[in-house]
Amino acid sequence: MRIGIPRESRPGETLVAATAKTASQLAALGYDVVVEQGAGAAADQPDTAFTDAGIAIGTGEDVWSSDVVVKINAPADGEVARLRPGATVISLMAPARSPELVERLAAAGVTGLAMDAVPRISRAQSMDVLSSMANVAGYRAVIEAAHEFGRLFTGQVTAAGKVPPARVFVVGAGVAGLAAIGAAGSLGAIVRAFDVRPEVAEQVESMGAQFVTVDMEQEVSSDGYAKEMTAEQEAATAAMYDEEARAADIVITTALIPGRPAPQLITAETVAAMRPGSVIVDMAAANGGNVAATVTDERVVTANGVTVLGYTDLAGRLAAQTSQLYGTNVVNLLTLLTPEKDGVLTLDMDDVVQRGITVTRDGARMWPPPPVQVSAAPAAPPAAEPEPAAEEAPPDPRRRVYAAGLAAVLFLALATLAPPSFLPSLTVFVLAVVIGFYVIGNVHHALHTPLMSVTNAISGIIVVGAILQAPVDNLAVQVIAGVAILLASINVFGGFLVTRRMLNMFQKG
Amino acid sequence: MESTMGSNVVEFVSGAYILAALLFILALAGLSKHETARRGNAFGMAGMALALVATLLLVLDYLTDDLIVDKTPIWVGLAIILVMGSIGALIGIRLARRVEMTGMPELIAMMHSFVGLAAVLVGYNTYIEVASAHGSVGLESDAVHNAEVFLGVFIGAVTFTGSVVANLKLSARMKSAPLMLPGRHLLNLAILVSSAVLMVWFMLADGWVGMAPLAIMTVLALVLGFHLVAAIGGGDMPVVVSMLNSYSGWAAAAAGFMLGNDLLIITGALVGSSGAILSYIMCRAMNRSFVSVIAGGFGSDGAVSGEARDYGDHREIQADDVADLLAHASSVVITPGYGMAVAQAQYPVAELTRKLREKGVDVRFGIHPVAGRLPGHMNVLLAEAKVPYDIVLEMDEVNDDFPEVDVVLVIGANDTVNPAAMEEPGSPIAGMPVLEVWNARDVIVFKRSMATGYAGVQNPLFFKDNTQMLFGDAKDKVNEIVAALSVEELARR
Repeated sequence: MRIGIPRESRPGETLVAATAKTASQLAALGYDVVVEQGAGAAADQPDTAFTDAGIAIGTGEDVWSSDVVVKINAPADGEVARLRPGATVISLMAPARSPELVERLAAAGVTGLAMDAVPRISRAQSMDVLSSMANVAGYRAVIEAAHEFGRLFTGQVTAAGKVPPARVFVVGAGVAGLAAIGAAGSLGAIVRAFDVRPEVAEQVESMGAQFVTVDMEQEVSSDGYAKEMTAEQEAATAAMYDEEARAADIVITTALIPGRPAPQLITAETVAAMRPGSVIVDMAAANGGNVAATVTDERVVTANGVTVLGYTDLAGRLAAQTSQLYGTNVVNLLTLLTPEKDGVLTLDMDDVVQRGITVTRDGARMWPPPPVQVSAAPAAPPAAEPEPAAEEAPPDPRRRVYAAGLAAVLFLALATLAPPSFLPSLTVFVLAVVIGFYVIGNVHHALHTPLMSVTNAISGIIVVGAILQAPVDNLAVQVIAGVAILLASINVFGGFLVTRRMLNMFQKG
Repeated sequence: MESTMGSNVVEFVSGAYILAALLFILALAGLSKHETARRGNAFGMAGMALALVATLLLVLDYLTDDLIVDKTPIWVGLAIILVMGSIGALIGIRLARRVEMTGMPELIAMMHSFVGLAAVLVGYNTYIEVASAHGSVGLESDAVHNAEVFLGVFIGAVTFTGSVVANLKLSARMKSAPLMLPGRHLLNLAILVSSAVLMVWFMLADGWVGMAPLAIMTVLALVLGFHLVAAIGGGDMPVVVSMLNSYSGWAAAAAGFMLGNDLLIITGALVGSSGAILSYIMCRAMNRSFVSVIAGGFGSDGAVSGEARDYGDHREIQADDVADLLAHASSVVITPGYGMAVAQAQYPVAELTRKLREKGVDVRFGIHPVAGRLPGHMNVLLAEAKVPYDIVLEMDEVNDDFPEVDVVLVIGANDTVNPAAMEEPGSPIAGMPVLEVWNARDVIVFKRSMATGYAGVQNPLFFKDNTQMLFGDAKDKVNEIVAALSVEELARR
């Protein structure tokens, strides 16, 4: 089968769906690969780079008549018309937000595979183009901010005075947020970050940033994305955003909710209260933005001197790197779709990854796929089986105190009623239990089996009781004692000897 | 002269008992480290010898007691002590010499049953002594003493049948699947409640009347012990064996209370708390509460969640390729499970370890606390095969290192390396700490087939991208790998 790599038609697009390297990898899977003239020019992939790698350069016609067309942006109306019926097109599609595209692909009898619909499971990570693009974009967001920011990021003490480090506040600790945290941190800034999913705090801290917390209920994500918050949580969170943004020099927002407009987190009042010279990079600008002042694809300077960047092409601004990553994601996807490595693309609808990305298939609508439940955080147990699990509410710490108190009272009552001869024995018993707990607590895990056999041996001490009963003037008692002596001495001798045998086997290397 | 001598013997014996108790504490303390473990065992032997000699002295002292007119029962008793004690010693020595290390769980369970039965017998003897004395001398019955006797017999009887069932299950003479009677929790509760009622009866009863509640309770307790352990499956055996260890200790302590013997109380309490700690460690390692293990039914209610999902395909690998992988690795971790013991693969595994270490490969073992059928069982098996103990690590010691490990060999383990415990909240083993082998570069799983583990849960590890399956008998496969490594060595020369 032939794979065509077209030149992107969207104005200003710098990316290309395959570099010379990834195109050769596609060829190695058995495909004929043809790249449109000039397709990679803006991503440092001139036509000669492809021809040097043995990849054919062709016209738009050659490319669009291929069996498989791989591109970055969703095909435009005119491009869908150029596809052959039965062909496969692979690109970013945002199928949830573009139902008309899905209709058009279905009407054209085309199989559409959306690169941005790869389920977020660990097996599919190597194809997750959103992650690779978000990673690059997060880095670039920091670079853009540093470019606009009139100060150093890193704190220094110089002969000309002290330079305070820049304070960066990152909203959303997804892939983009984490990349931004990493980039800002390595430039020397003090980074604080927030995410509505408290389980990512550890990742944030591992990147060297401080995780900002808000007092609110646990919000655990079951599909790897953040959810929108309930009304009660919102007030507390809004106050936190306001406070953090006012204190920050740089604010980078990355909050997205799949299939919905981006939530507005930084209000106009907050922006108005920020220091002049501060910079906001709104990485959610393509979906409406997290910041009130954001204008999509524009650089805006507010009345109080805050620069707000609404660029949506942050990944495209590192065209060579992003193209390489996107191309590798495509190679990984096609490796999955070409199990025989014979250049024949086969779709397996039983595989969650393949099913998940399939938007249309031979003219039939396949979107949306059945939901995939997996990964990132342990979700609450399904509601279907609540009986045993639901009971495990966090126990009231006071209950333990009450229980201990009750036990103490009961014990004192019993001790008062017990005959005096009983108490010395009880004292010995209680102290021995305490000693036992402390002594055994130190036992090395590898010696647990010898420990058990040694305790077997010493619990044979019951032989002492039986021995003292043996001389009693009662034949029945004597016979029973004899049996007990027999049993207990098996334990005594067997236990100690088998322990010694085991311990002699342990050797140091 | 003789009478003062006699009372001195009693004091001497008390002193000897205190020393013996101290020696037992030192014995257990010695087991905390490999270096001192042998010395600890020697302390234990010395303590026991001291206690036995002192007790014999006490019996011999009866012979000099002028108040006892008829010395025949004492001579008979001495003969019984020596004859039965020697027979027991001979049996014990034979058992200790002959037992296979793979058979340790059965042996230990059997020894627990002996302690249990001995406690029952001593309890009955105490009762008979008091009851017959009551008949002849008109001694008043003592309620507290009666309660001690009753509890001692109860704990002993539960320990006895429980350990017998554990022994039968471990030696595969009884099905290891849990026995699921309808209303089994109610049954256990009913036995406990009726035993409590019987105890009140027994405490108030005078003379031989008490025999009835005691006998009924003994039967009930025997049933309870049987039923408790029969309802627990094979994989929970580490908990059961430690639990029975604990019970056998409490049984000995109860005997100490009824005989007013501090040495028995101390020793029983030490053993009892030892078993309790081991049970706690085992339960924590399975993320289950003690009650839920005792109540039984691991995986029996919830083996549903794993099966419905599609995990994709597993990849297969051959022994030669594994040998190749190992030869070029710099760090290897082996995580053995019960399957290694079943296949008797510990000797080839030790041989493989030795070969790899000679090549400069860093080989370590990662042991899950509940691997095998006994706490620490894997360590003993590996020690038997002469694997140095300092490369045999606990789960917590090795878990953080997996990302830097090149190859992990999973031999006969399944549930203890199951990522579902961490990734699938609905899984029956959810929350159980596991060896995170999948973080290593390559994982080789030795397995007979794709069947599920003890918990009946599918293992997503088998379908991970970095996992490869080596099907077949673990012993044969490890031998093949060792052979392939030797061939490669020859080829290089």
